[in-house]
Amino acid sequence: MPSALEVDNLSISFGETNVFQGLTFSVAEGTSLAIIGPNGCGKTVLFKALVGSISYRGRIQWAPGVRIGYVPQKLDIERDLPITGHDLLLAKGSVTKAREDVTEALLRVGLREAADRPIGVLSGGQFQRLLVAMALVGRPSVLLLDEPTAGVDEPGQEKLNELVRRVQKEKGLTVLLISHDLSVVYRYATNVLCLTRERSWFGAPRQILTPDLLHELYGAPVEFHVHGP
Amino acid sequence: MGLETGALALSIATAIAAGLIGCFAVMRRMALAADAISHVALPGIGVALALRIHPLAGAGAMLFFGTLLIWALESRTRIATETIIGVVFSAALAVGSMMSSGEELIEALFGGSGKLTIGEIVFGFLAAAGVVFFVLKKRNSLILVLVSPEVARTAGINVARLNLLYLETFALAVALGLRYLGVLLMGSMIIIPAATAKRLAGSLSGMLLYAVLAAVLSTVLGSYAAVLLHRPTGPMIISVAAGFFLLSLIRWRA
Repeated sequence: MPSALEVDNLSISFGETNVFQGLTFSVAEGTSLAIIGPNGCGKTVLFKALVGSISYRGRIQWAPGVRIGYVPQKLDIERDLPITGHDLLLAKGSVTKAREDVTEALLRVGLREAADRPIGVLSGGQFQRLLVAMALVGRPSVLLLDEPTAGVDEPGQEKLNELVRRVQKEKGLTVLLISHDLSVVYRYATNVLCLTRERSWFGAPRQILTPDLLHELYGAPVEFHVHGP
Repeated sequence: MGLETGALALSIATAIAAGLIGCFAVMRRMALAADAISHVALPGIGVALALRIHPLAGAGAMLFFGTLLIWALESRTRIATETIIGVVFSAALAVGSMMSSGEELIEALFGGSGKLTIGEIVFGFLAAAGVVFFVLKKRNSLILVLVSPEVARTAGINVARLNLLYLETFALAVALGLRYLGVLLMGSMIIIPAATAKRLAGSLSGMLLYAVLAAVLSTVLGSYAAVLLHRPTGPMIISVAAGFFLLSLIRWRA
């Protein structure tokens, strides 16, 4: 299967501080990569490098013609701005010349009248679904999701995961997902990238998510429960 | 139509430009930056007076390079924008006040009363049209950069270039108001109507509309009140604008 993304010997540092070094992994088209690791290990920084927002050493090679939909962990603005969900989606639609995607994206994430209200009054779950909708505008072939279920209650999390899963299947998207939820990683990810400041691991979940590694990653024995059936 | 009418029409055009560019300044939390950038004009005015060229030319050149400096410092170094602004702001004020006499300084800070020339009016309308065109044409890109530079990049926007364009357009709006509002008050003209609009509006289009309305109303009411009460125009306009802002606070609590 052709690669959507190949990363070779990627290193990022801020001044004297190394965030991570020598990262090598690849993501095949239509598959899912989960990225896990303790807080501050550089997961979001990796995403920023992947979209070219920050400088890095090494090689990041996207397949030709890839279009990325990005779901940021949080927005850089105060929540009390007079901006509606519609404003955001139309902005993305206009810039990417895909205004006709807006209605479909809203239907898909199940937001209609809520999108007409200022983003500050949306619930955590609605807000995250709005960010996913914004990522879907512009016909992406790859989705980058930075903890899309953070701050969402458990039924909402399930809904979001299902939503991403369904879109991925229908459109054959490649998905890169930063997550703390190991059960999601086990269920959905084709491969896992574990990041720490010292080193990284890359492979299929069942091969590399050993109890020893989890202990090393999170510093304490991790128990995870599988949601649902 | 005489120069008087032309001057009022120009101040309304300036108000429209200030209201629009101000919306993004307020949303980007750069209200303080607005003040700093307007102060950058001061040394330029001083140099221009010393060289006997048009003060606006000096102010314009200084604004252009000052803005470039702020942008470069912001994108190349990891110093907080606030710090950069604070330094540039104070330095510009210090250098500017050294270079101009007391009366010139007051005029540069609070606006003058002298008659506008045809050339100034033509330049003003062109600059105002440029600012309005930029904000309306780029509003979607500006919103995306505002909410998330990463999302903006994935939509194909050159974030650094757009930021520079925004700051330079902002500087152009400041230059527009220097003649009748002055350095100090033009910063307020950009920020206050937009801050009022932010409290009243429920959507982006609403905010742009309310900001334009607040700015234009303040300008018209302020100009007439200044004539009636024999007070300087600039401070009167800003007082009216501040009055609208206070009213918007009351409405919010009601």
